[in-house]
Amino acid sequence: MKILNVKEIENAVRKLCTDTNYILGNDVRECIHSCRLRETWPVAEDVLASIEENIEIAAEGEYPLCQDTGMACVFLEIGQGVVIEGGSAEDAVNRGVRAAYEEAYLRKSIVADPLRRVNTGDNTPAAIYWELVPGNNVKITVAPKGFGSENMSRIAMLPPSAGEEGVKDFVVETSRKAGANPCPPIVVGVGIGGNFDKAALMAKKALLRPLDRSSEDEYYRDMEEELLERINSLGIGPQGFGGRTTALKVNVLAAPTHIAGLPVAVNINCHVCRHGEVIL
Amino acid sequence: MTERYLREPFTGDKVKDFRAGDRVYITGTVYTARDAAHKRITEMIAREEKPPFEIENSIIYYVGPTPARPGRPIGSAGPTTSYRMDAYAPELLDRGQLMMIGKGLRSEEVRESTVKNGAVYCCAIGGAAALMARCIKEAEVIAFEDLGAEAVRKLQVENLPVTVVIDTQGNNLYETGREEYLRSLKD
Repeated sequence: MKILNVKEIENAVRKLCTDTNYILGNDVRECIHSCRLRETWPVAEDVLASIEENIEIAAEGEYPLCQDTGMACVFLEIGQGVVIEGGSAEDAVNRGVRAAYEEAYLRKSIVADPLRRVNTGDNTPAAIYWELVPGNNVKITVAPKGFGSENMSRIAMLPPSAGEEGVKDFVVETSRKAGANPCPPIVVGVGIGGNFDKAALMAKKALLRPLDRSSEDEYYRDMEEELLERINSLGIGPQGFGGRTTALKVNVLAAPTHIAGLPVAVNINCHVCRHGEVIL
Repeated sequence: MTERYLREPFTGDKVKDFRAGDRVYITGTVYTARDAAHKRITEMIAREEKPPFEIENSIIYYVGPTPARPGRPIGSAGPTTSYRMDAYAPELLDRGQLMMIGKGLRSEEVRESTVKNGAVYCCAIGGAAALMARCIKEAEVIAFEDLGAEAVRKLQVENLPVTVVIDTQGNNLYETGREEYLRSLKD
């Protein structure tokens, strides 16, 4: 058994919110760079060069990578052997978000109600996802999510007869329809199976997987590669100006589902694919 | 790729030959407005009130920046997705707005209105917000301060890099760029 004070959760969330908004992960940087080297279309190469320059400027710590510093998505995997003391863990997460968005000069983009639309002024509440896992650790992952790309995400409840082709067509069609809107090159998170809400959550979690790693299941690894190839044959290119690099990576997660269903969700991320994690 | 430099005073004459795909460096006064500000500006016009800035020959940048650090005019300032302004844009174009800066697809109605009014739609690189911030030398909130990041700001920009997407003839880079790239693969 391990005792963990909520203050540690608050501090971890606070640091991750700041770091992810200024420093892009090496996996994303390297992927953008290798795509740039592969580009044969001058305009596309030029856009990717500007994106790389932007990453360098942001890393200096004065200007965040993007002005949309996102809705703070916080994933907590709580080991069953951990006792959390010192108050509400949910409040601690929100205190961490509030502190980071204020002190790191991040934009406050959350409205308290979807229709009455008054800004909460501190970017809370965060979107928090809890998971109970074996062990004595707490793993916290923070992924600030911009809405230019979030708005291009889609879900479909396909009939099982649609099969693999139906799923792949839906993913490619979603990327095509999104076009220039989600700031391509995009990262495509796909959730297949589960139920309506689980498919969507898997699609979001798929975006957390580093871009230099593929599915451990060979079947889905092949599907990821095929989908990436198909999306990069659309010609949309960086920023939609034309070119090869429409997507940097496709990550697929799958789960058991019902005999009557084939849910598929596609969560799109822009090239500023921000996520960071820490184990307490 | 043709490079062009656009300086104040901004007039229709200076943008009429811009073509989809051109890179334009803008120097001068640019106003910021997103969805909420567009809604208020068009409501003011409907009530026959004076909008917060002269719409005629204006350049409007669709952006909600991050807060400015001490000693800096502004924080990160990349474009937001433009289609959310589609409902309001034709009315402002009819009043003489010269240029829209954002990112992403526009409605057919906006494209037609752009051509009819001799305006242009340009895109800045989405997600290159730190890069863009460095081109903004001054920023001042001039209206709707209660909207925070969405308030209307008057910016002084220096060589702000944008790409022409819809030109005065109605050419659309999102269509032509993709077509030309795909055609190049067949050659």
